[in-house]
Amino acid sequence: MHGAITRLAGSRYTALMAIAAILLLLPLVAPSLFYLRIATLVFIFALAVLGLNLLMGFAGQVSLGHAGFFGIGAYAVAVGPAHLGLPAWASLLAGAALAGFIAFVVGRPILRLRGHYLAVATLGMGLLIGMVFTNEARWTGGPDGMPVARLVLLGWTARGTQAWYWISGVTLALGALIAINLIDSPTGRAFRAVHDSEVAAAVLGVDVARYKLIAFVLSAVYAAVAGAYLALFDGLVTPVTAGFLRSIEFVAMAVMGGLGSIFGSIVGAALLTVLPQLLTVFHDYEQIALGTIMILFMIFLRAGIVPALAALIERKPP
Amino acid sequence: MPEFLQFLFSGLTVGAIYALVAVGFTLIYSSSDVINFAQGEFVMIGGMGTYVLSAAGVPLPIAALLAIVIAVAVGLLLHRLAIEPARDASAVTLIIITIGASILLRGVAGVAFDKNFHSLPPFLGAEPWLVGGATILPQSVIVLSGAGIIVLLLWLFMRRTLYGKATLATAANRMAARLVGIDTSRVVMLSFAISAAIGAIGGILVTPIVLTSYDVGTLLALKGFAAAMLGGIGNPVGAIAGGLLLGLLEAFGAGYVSSSYKDAIAFLVILAVLFALPQGLFGRNTIERV
Repeated sequence: MHGAITRLAGSRYTALMAIAAILLLLPLVAPSLFYLRIATLVFIFALAVLGLNLLMGFAGQVSLGHAGFFGIGAYAVAVGPAHLGLPAWASLLAGAALAGFIAFVVGRPILRLRGHYLAVATLGMGLLIGMVFTNEARWTGGPDGMPVARLVLLGWTARGTQAWYWISGVTLALGALIAINLIDSPTGRAFRAVHDSEVAAAVLGVDVARYKLIAFVLSAVYAAVAGAYLALFDGLVTPVTAGFLRSIEFVAMAVMGGLGSIFGSIVGAALLTVLPQLLTVFHDYEQIALGTIMILFMIFLRAGIVPALAALIERKPP
Repeated sequence: MPEFLQFLFSGLTVGAIYALVAVGFTLIYSSSDVINFAQGEFVMIGGMGTYVLSAAGVPLPIAALLAIVIAVAVGLLLHRLAIEPARDASAVTLIIITIGASILLRGVAGVAFDKNFHSLPPFLGAEPWLVGGATILPQSVIVLSGAGIIVLLLWLFMRRTLYGKATLATAANRMAARLVGIDTSRVVMLSFAISAAIGAIGGILVTPIVLTSYDVGTLLALKGFAAAMLGGIGNPVGAIAGGLLLGLLEAFGAGYVSSSYKDAIAFLVILAVLFALPQGLFGRNTIERV
């Protein structure tokens, strides 16, 4: 993993250029809008996974509750226009700010915990947020969810697959750019120091609690923006958006793509978004295939797809 | 007062199941450091397996026994095919493997059994007993005493048999256990088998009260995990106490505060406990070497 990180630092913008290339070329080769729709979903999930990767891959803290933040973003753009009369873009910003604020408030006590305790605390936090969406039916429509109004920017209405393909793709590139620069900054080095050894980092004068909190808040904001995009793209939001399985999906995407690899987040998101689409052919066997693939990847490609491939190219054992 | 008793009974019944799931978590965790998120699936296999077999004409006791055997076989396969090949992987990797296994097992159950809700006939009749103005189902008594017997047997196994002592030694210090000649990989295998059996028995006992379906495992695993954490993971007594406490909190919370936030109360308490006592109620303070 250290190898992957140094390589990443060596060619900082490879991942970004790859994203830009995919973004520009895909519309030229995609046979139908369906493919762009899938790509849009990949971009949206990749954005959330990118944030989670900052937390897990760089700062070394696990979260099994990020669907909660994703849900806050999604419900913000649903509830804001419908109940508070806010425009969608303002609701999106408010949702991202709210997710960041909640992460800031709960982050300090939660991030004191380690390992499995941190896992169960974040899991509980995610479930609690999800329960609010299910139970506050007056605001959220309860288990059935609620419709989401279109995003209107300066008189232009964002509707349809093409519009959201570009919005989510450009945002993902922007998110990757921010992440790449952050990783290369003193903050990013502090993240990695905390990841490698909290004690050693503290001895060197790194404020461990503060940097964990920064990573947590950042990842929450990434997730909330992604959630808002998904809700605006789908035009509908339900509690499943913020469910436990979504949290697991994010973690699986980050780990399968490769922790500590920016491009890995996108590969992981693509894999777990495209696979179920291919597997719908098998209807009943979809879950069986998904579970099997998760197990096989974790056994045979433990470092994640992108770092393992990078090691292969450099002819080093993964 | 009858109201209080009513909540107490239902809380203890549900808590007994959480306790059994939590004990399963604890057994596997203490011998291998793996958090097995497929633990709830054993409960599902117990309930669904018994229902499907008895619906096919197998007498209930034999159906139940077969379901336990199936669960144990699944537990052993899980260990052999998914956990053992990833022995030295990180905790997060292992968590994803067991979650993958849980999704896989749910998928298999959806195909092999069906996707409907099912129940079993109560073992001692459905007529509730009156105790102090509250009613208690005979099945609840069976669940509670069944859980008690399982815990007792487990305790005897741990203290009185060579295999049990090997398990304890492995939990205490894996390296030292290996040095004195204990085959720790066999111990881990054994703990998967026992956890699967405990989960399946819990599933069979509780199905007449709470229904079962192919996807009940996830929530049970979450609650069991939370219960194990509440008690301090790796501590069997803590797991039982954590499970019962969680069941009681849910029952009283649902009864006196809000039934729609029943699950929330449980997780709020867990968060509070973790903040105040990061090692759980009964956990030892672990000292980390740097």
